[in-house]
This record gives sequence, structure tokens and C-alpha cells, in this order.
Amino acid sequence: MAKHDPRKPFVPQRDHDKSPVMECVGLGIDFGGLTAVDDFNITITPTEICGLIGPNGAGKTTVFNLLTKVYKPTRGKIYLDGKDTCGLNTMQANKAGLARTFQNIRLFKELTVLENVLVGLHNEMYYNVWGALFRVPAYWRTEKIAKERAREMLSIFDMEDMAEHKAGSLPYGSQRRLEIVRALATNPTVLLLDEPAAGMNPNETEELMENIKKINKTFKIAILLIEHDMNLVMNICEGIAVLNYGKIIAKGTPAEIQRSPQVIEAYLGTGGGGGDA
Amino acid sequence: MKRFTLSMPVRYIINTVLIITLLLVGNQIMGSGILGRAQTAIIIQVGFFIILAVSLNMVTGYLGQLPLGHAGFMAVGAYAGALFWRAAVLPGMASVVGGLIVAGVAAAITGVIIGIPALRLRGDYLAIITLGFGEIIRVVLNNLDTITYGARGLRNIPRYSSFMLVYICVIVACGAIHMIMKSRHGRAILSIRENEIAAESCGINTTYYKVLTFAVSAFFAGVAGALFAGNIGILVPANFDFMTSINILMIVVLGGLGSMMGSVIAASVLTSLPLVLQPLNEYRMIIFSLMLIVVMIFKPSGLMGNYDFSMSRIIEKVVNRLRTGKTAGKLKSGK
Repeated sequence: MAKHDPRKPFVPQRDHDKSPVMECVGLGIDFGGLTAVDDFNITITPTEICGLIGPNGAGKTTVFNLLTKVYKPTRGKIYLDGKDTCGLNTMQANKAGLARTFQNIRLFKELTVLENVLVGLHNEMYYNVWGALFRVPAYWRTEKIAKERAREMLSIFDMEDMAEHKAGSLPYGSQRRLEIVRALATNPTVLLLDEPAAGMNPNETEELMENIKKINKTFKIAILLIEHDMNLVMNICEGIAVLNYGKIIAKGTPAEIQRSPQVIEAYLGTGGGGGDA
Repeated sequence: MKRFTLSMPVRYIINTVLIITLLLVGNQIMGSGILGRAQTAIIIQVGFFIILAVSLNMVTGYLGQLPLGHAGFMAVGAYAGALFWRAAVLPGMASVVGGLIVAGVAAAITGVIIGIPALRLRGDYLAIITLGFGEIIRVVLNNLDTITYGARGLRNIPRYSSFMLVYICVIVACGAIHMIMKSRHGRAILSIRENEIAAESCGINTTYYKVLTFAVSAFFAGVAGALFAGNIGILVPANFDFMTSINILMIVVLGGLGSMMGSVIAASVLTSLPLVLQPLNEYRMIIFSLMLIVVMIFKPSGLMGNYDFSMSRIIEKVVNRLRTGKTAGKLKSGK
């Protein structure tokens, strides 16, 4: 992906044909004898919102860790913009256009909200250590533009007045939002959200849904999200994949998933087997 | 009302003027002969302990790693600088500055060589491996008899470490570290301390920044080592044992992890304390340790926590207070 010049206003420039922005083919990982994820195939188009659901322990977060190269896959390939990401590490995967949030929030708690976003903008700035040491003109220019852009991104999520607060002191909902802003700051093509609505009340979830749609529209990027809140998933996702025991058991539109017998079985069990009366 | 803020060039001018004034005043006092020999020696010693503490603080406080081999880098710098000065290949001032740079670069290279394997480890393991490397450096220096004269000591090192030289180095070290920390690179280093996995998924090359921090830290430790050599004029490897590393770490922890000002204050206090407590003689070490225990109980984050001093911030605060005071008065009289 071409480096975004911070001097230019933030306009994502991508061709919006329907060629997949991310593609997984036969992705799988074993931990010793345990196959955590197996034969995972998924295709995401450039402006799609995709959902990944499944019961606890199904391997959803493992999939995210595979995509972001926290784990090295045992089998299969991941293509980003048609390029194989084999051999990249987490940092390089991010540069290739993958940004993520975490199930358990991982903010830089002691840094301010603005600094958190600026860390996300790290690779969009272009002065080196000597430039910082001698405060070259590029330093001042880049820092100024980066700060403006960070504030601009915060203002999209109504967080600009919190810019100078420490990230750790924010309320829970804002911390989740900040994590999304930080991920967006890295200028991704695919945004991975790991349970963004966890621990949120219905109002906050409602707001989050609007925000996800807004991100999808303004930044024109693909979003893959893991979520247990079915209301959210069914409302905003165009495509859903259901994972159980590391395998995709169903794929399709929200309506199809709701009707799928395998999904109902995975979530509710087979009628006769359980202890239900 | 709009808050009063100082623009960046004004801040730099204020700080530069203040620093130069302090330096000149200090030099006058040192030259005037008011202070005794012991005091003079301590003030110089405080200088290179400030550099050591501030540089270690970069790794412990900002990067969040715990190395215990800082004395090793100091030793590399001390011997490199001393040998360069003894060889005297350059004339006068160029030799002094050259020696300091050679010392710093030699230590930084050692830092990179040690850092690449050691920084794959974390926490206690990093502490142990760096402790090991620090000891290795000392033992090597002890046995490189033809170059370092081993335990007999490297003698006749030119005594270049004047008050002015030491404190210019202090300012350069503090300034350089400050400049790096207040940039995208500094933020990357802090983000590694805060959460390494998140930093990596934000596209930060954690290995690069860890090694870079280690190298910068080692560079200034090396410079401090050279100043140390230029101060006492004779080097023996025993000067750089494990306890020296611990002492430096103690300064950093006492001052507050991640606070440059804390490191400066703690270095001054802890280095001059033995002199102040001279009359108490055998109770000295007890007071020393009691003080540490008291600080750890009542202020576990260190004297300064992670607060950092900013002259411009204080000026801004004072001016703002004065101005709000004035407008408040005006409003009253208007009614």
C-alpha cells in the first residue's frame, strides 16, 4: 500500500471494484494435538461489513490472531489485496492494511487520548530519529499535521474534548471507541473488531452500530467483526460466518443464518440430546 | 478567555537562556573557591550520575524493561574514552569531544550487540541476562591485560572532566533524550511500555525501538563512563561491578520511573548523601536504606512519580492565574 502523504487531507484512495480485499484459503492452526481452527475460508469485498459469530471457544479470536499474524498459521493462506501475507509479522500485517481492536481493551493507558491516536499515526509520519533530535522543519510540519488529523478523527467520534485526558481514565465505552479510532489511524483497508459491544449497555450498543456504519461509509473500508450481540450483528452485517469447533458451519446473509439448522444446533443444541423438558 | 500559551520558539529561548545562566553561575561558584575539595568532587560526581540515571531511565522508565548491566556500558565507554585520550591523536578540545563520542559510540555498539539477543527476553529474564553481560564485560576488561592493564589499572588518563564539560554533557544527554521522547519515536517507545501487543498491531516495529532505546541509553552511559575516567584519572574494572548497576537503578527507581527530573534529583541526593552523612559515620548506610524503605512505603512510584518539570508550563500557569485574577477584578468593577 502506498504511503499516505500526511500533507494531503485524509481521503482514502482505493479502487472500489468488487475484487476481494481479504481472502483466506484453507486457513488452519494446530496447538499441539488440538486443531483450534481448520479449513477457514472467507472472502471480504472492499466495503463490506462482515460478522464472525459462534459459541464461546469456537476459535473466533484465534482467527483474528491468525489474520494479524500473532499466530503463524499451520495451514492455508491469507491474501490482502491479492498479495500473500505469508512470512509477515504483526507489524508488517498492519502496514499491509490490517488494523484490529482487542477483546480485552489494550489501550496505552498512561498516554493521553491524543497520543494514543498519534501512535496509530506512527507510520504516516516520516521524519527519522535525527529529525526528532535536531527538530528539523519536517518534524514540526509532520507533528502539526498529525495532531490535526488525530483531532479530526477523534471529532468523528465526538471525543475531541477528551483529547488531553489519560486513556486509562476514560469510561469503558469511550475506551472501546478510542481503540477503534487508534486502529483507524493506521489507515487500514480491513478493520477487525473483536467484540466491540462487549460490556456496553443497549444505548451504547446502538451508538456503536451507528459508528460502525459511519466508519464503513466515511473511510470506505471493509470491517470484520466478532460479536455476541445478535441484534448488532444481524442489523449491520451484510455477510455472516458462523464458527463452531474451529470450523465454519454456515455462511450467508443474516436472514439465511437465522434460518440455518446447523447454527441453531450449535447455539441451542440438538433437541433430544440436552436435558430440556 | 483564551488560555495564554507560549509558542515553541519562545519556550526554546527561555529554556536556553536559563540553562546557560545556570551553567555560568555554577562555573563561577566552582571557580571562586567557596567550595572545598570534597564538595567540588561530589558536584562533578553528581554530574555523571545524572547522565547514568537519565540514560537508564530511558530503558527502565520509558521502555519499561529492566536491565541490570548499565555499569557494563559505562565501563566500555570509560575504557574507550580513556584509551582515546591517552593516545591523543587529536589536538586539544577536539580530542576531548572526540573521546566522548568514541566512548559513546563504543558503548552504543555494545548495547546493540547485547540488546538484539537480550531484548527477546522480558522482565526477570532480561535482568538476569543483562547482569550476565555486564559481568562479562568487566571480566573481559580484567583479562585484556595488554590493552587495559587489567586489575593493575589504566593510569595517566588526562583529567579532562571539568565542571563545565561534565555539565554540558548532562545538558546534552537530558536534551537529546527529551527530544527523542517528545516525537513519534518517543511515543512508540512509550507505547511498547504500555502494551507491547497493541503497539505491534499499531504498526510499530517493537524490536527496532527496543534496540534503539538500548543503544541510546548505552551511548550516554558510555559518555558518563568517559567523564568518570577523566575525573579520577585511573581505571580499574572493579569500578564497574554489579553494585554500580544497582546503584544507578536505585537512583532511577527512587526518582520515579519515567521522570527525568526525578532521576536528576535522586542522582543529586543519593550521590551527595554519603558526604552529608559523613559525621554520622557508621550509621550512614542505615540512614541510606531507611530512606529508601520510607520512599518505597509512602511513595512507591518514586519521588516524582512520572511527573516531569516544564519551565514553560509553570510560566503559563502563573500568567494565566494573573490574567484570570485581573479579568475577575474588571468584571466586578464593571458591575
